[in-house]
Amino acid sequence: MTRFRVSLHVTPRRGLLDPQGKAVTDALHTLGFAAVRDVHVGRHIVVELDAADRPAAEREARRMCAKLLANPVTEDFEIAAVEGGAA
Amino acid sequence: MKFGIVTFPGSNCDYDAYRAVVEVLGEEAEFLWHKEHDLRDADVVILPGGFSYGDYLRPGAIARFSPIMTEVVAHARRGGPVLGICNGFQIACEAGLLPGALLRNAGLKFVCEPVRLRVENAATMFTSRYRAGQELTIPIAHGDGRYTADDQTLARLEGEGRVLFRYVGGGPGADEWWSPNGSMRAIAGIVSDEGNVLGMMPHPERAVNELLGSADGIGVFESVLSRVNA
Repeated sequence: MTRFRVSLHVTPRRGLLDPQGKAVTDALHTLGFAAVRDVHVGRHIVVELDAADRPAAEREARRMCAKLLANPVTEDFEIAAVEGGAA
Repeated sequence: MKFGIVTFPGSNCDYDAYRAVVEVLGEEAEFLWHKEHDLRDADVVILPGGFSYGDYLRPGAIARFSPIMTEVVAHARRGGPVLGICNGFQIACEAGLLPGALLRNAGLKFVCEPVRLRVENAATMFTSRYRAGQELTIPIAHGDGRYTADDQTLARLEGEGRVLFRYVGGGPGADEWWSPNGSMRAIAGIVSDEGNVLGMMPHPERAVNELLGSADGIGVFESVLSRVNA
């Protein structure tokens, strides 16, 4: 087994009202960032785990998202990076 | 009849629920520590309000995996009544006992105030002591109470009469579905498809005596009592 570090993003599902993202968008506009079209605020989660290889580490992380880390009703997740192990 | 009130780390309405059951309803109640695996013969389980596990990750996301939840889910699957109030509603949704989810209030603020509710269906085990269309005043106290579900789920809930309470108010010119938290279709409380799991964001246990500003909430407890004793 090898130690891996999986970074994942959990974000509000597109199309659902995202008041936090809207508030940040408005604040950026107020600061003069007029080009900002949309902002979504989610969570960045880093999981360190032992796995046989990278695909196995990613597979486990996806199962964790489905069971706990993301709410399947309202959130989407993506695996941003898997670090560690042999390149 | 016996009520089992689950105490999670961070629950803070478990004592309010206990007093509503024991002092106002005159029935038996027992606290159930979340690490236990025993409902101690409770006829009705209350998942109380609060901030279980500090709302880490999402409200209710971690509490739903507490050991006692295995028993609570089994109790619900057997048809046993479960009242999920506020954080308990969030936990029931996370546990899959109720559809949908409770998201951050649309106004991004924690809202703590009495609200007006309309009883949408009085023919359920949790609302039989009310009249359909009756308006109640019951407090809310939450930051994550925006009921959200997909269109298909909403249509089913409406079609099957499973929306029990809706927020009303908002003043002149307010949206048809006005709510204090941005809930879809102003939904404040729903019931499971089998009708034995109630989830509601308002706190009926905090409205059981005029001294508390309202006694409108006791009907929820009286309704379930009359059903279980029947």
